[in-house]
Amino acid sequence: MSATAVPVALSNEEVLRYSRHLILPEVGMDGQLKLKQAKVLCIGTGGLGAPIGMYLAAAGIGTIGLVDFDIVDRTNLQRQIIHGTKDIGKKKLDSAAETIADINPNVNVVKYEVALSSENALQIMKGYDVVVDGTDNFPTRYLVNDACVLLGIPNVYGSIFRFEGQSTVFATKDGPCYRCLYPEPPPPGLVPSCAEGGVLGILPGMIGVMQATETVKLILGKGDTLVGRLVLYDALNMRFREMRLRRSPECPICGPNRTITQLIDYHQFCGIPQQPAQPEPAAANSGEIDPVDVKKLLDAKHNFVFIDVREPHEYQICQIGATLIPLGTLPQRLKELDPKAEYVMHCKSGMRSGKACDLLRQNGFTNVRNMKGGILAWSDKVDPSVPKY
Amino acid sequence: MPKILIPTPLRQFAGGNDAVDAAGATIGECLEALTTQHPDLRKNLFNDEGKLRSFVNIYLNDEDIRYLSKTGTAVKDSDTISIVPSIAGGR
Repeated sequence: MSATAVPVALSNEEVLRYSRHLILPEVGMDGQLKLKQAKVLCIGTGGLGAPIGMYLAAAGIGTIGLVDFDIVDRTNLQRQIIHGTKDIGKKKLDSAAETIADINPNVNVVKYEVALSSENALQIMKGYDVVVDGTDNFPTRYLVNDACVLLGIPNVYGSIFRFEGQSTVFATKDGPCYRCLYPEPPPPGLVPSCAEGGVLGILPGMIGVMQATETVKLILGKGDTLVGRLVLYDALNMRFREMRLRRSPECPICGPNRTITQLIDYHQFCGIPQQPAQPEPAAANSGEIDPVDVKKLLDAKHNFVFIDVREPHEYQICQIGATLIPLGTLPQRLKELDPKAEYVMHCKSGMRSGKACDLLRQNGFTNVRNMKGGILAWSDKVDPSVPKY
Repeated sequence: MPKILIPTPLRQFAGGNDAVDAAGATIGECLEALTTQHPDLRKNLFNDEGKLRSFVNIYLNDEDIRYLSKTGTAVKDSDTISIVPSIAGGR
């Protein structure tokens, strides 16, 4: 805080609101004023960002920055409790800011409706006391880490997958950073996203609340934070474990022989090609078929093999008349399939069936097409009675 | 026998198990025993040169084997080995 900062005090309303903090010796008036003066940036207002934003607001953080560019949709509501049914179709930023204002109108919310990038990250993050990472992809996680290290801002980390979560605090003065823990990301496609792999709705609540707790402790300067410790949480077995983290002497951004001194191209670093500016060439599209055309083939009783590569529990939700061969079992079941036959493959969105098409082609199948957009597109274009999930 | 805890993203390559007993005197031997029982795990844990992938960390109890003797770290029967892969979900 600069010496010229306006002295802050709590209003009578705030004294009453924060009374349970004020009577805690570890917080007290000094601590509550620290929280009020603090500026915390929450990257993402989704599963993790929801409890983080809500609890930080309730705790009395003076300024909460929110970075998100997404729109609330129905599938978010199973876990993103900062948004409600009435918010479907709204910008997440607006919905989150409204919830925060309702919880605590004393909070100053700063909205950044952008995708965090190497071009804007330093500008946005500069001036914040703590950054809380509630993002959902590897490029942004490395970006947030690197920007925090370069700016010297602690990065309160949490990530989730299915029933499992991780949390720690990176990039404090002497502590490890994300690259000390994981020097490199997995290749694209190896680790499924929550959209592909599913996630227990309560899980981000647990991990997000840990992140909010650590944020408040960092600001108060109290307690033992997660610096140097990685908490692993397994919701299915309700088990917490703790691993020791060390600052890596070989870390390319916080080690003694650093090679990264500015933000880089994180999509390239994570092996993810940027969206091509040009439309895909016809050759790439020739392996695809629109759901409407698949319906025509089915109606015309055209002779082809229609395969659904989703998992059996997804097949239970809805199915559109294809034979179920989950992607993971396809290699073993290739011998059941005639390489000369005509194939249309589908899944939920077209990603997994694309991989299935590649697998068949690598094994000498020549007439293989991927149903574009999967069941989601089928529901939009062919039969709205098929539920989307 | 040392126990290896399998994280959620890798369970599909380990017959759905969340823990596997794997005999061995070192981390390397235990991982070898694990990937012999579950060959699909191999490509997720090791690169083409047979080295541990850099987005997978192995812990002996609560310590990262990079700060012990890496895959040569000695293991006792009562030890727990954890595979902790990088996950990124958050939305």
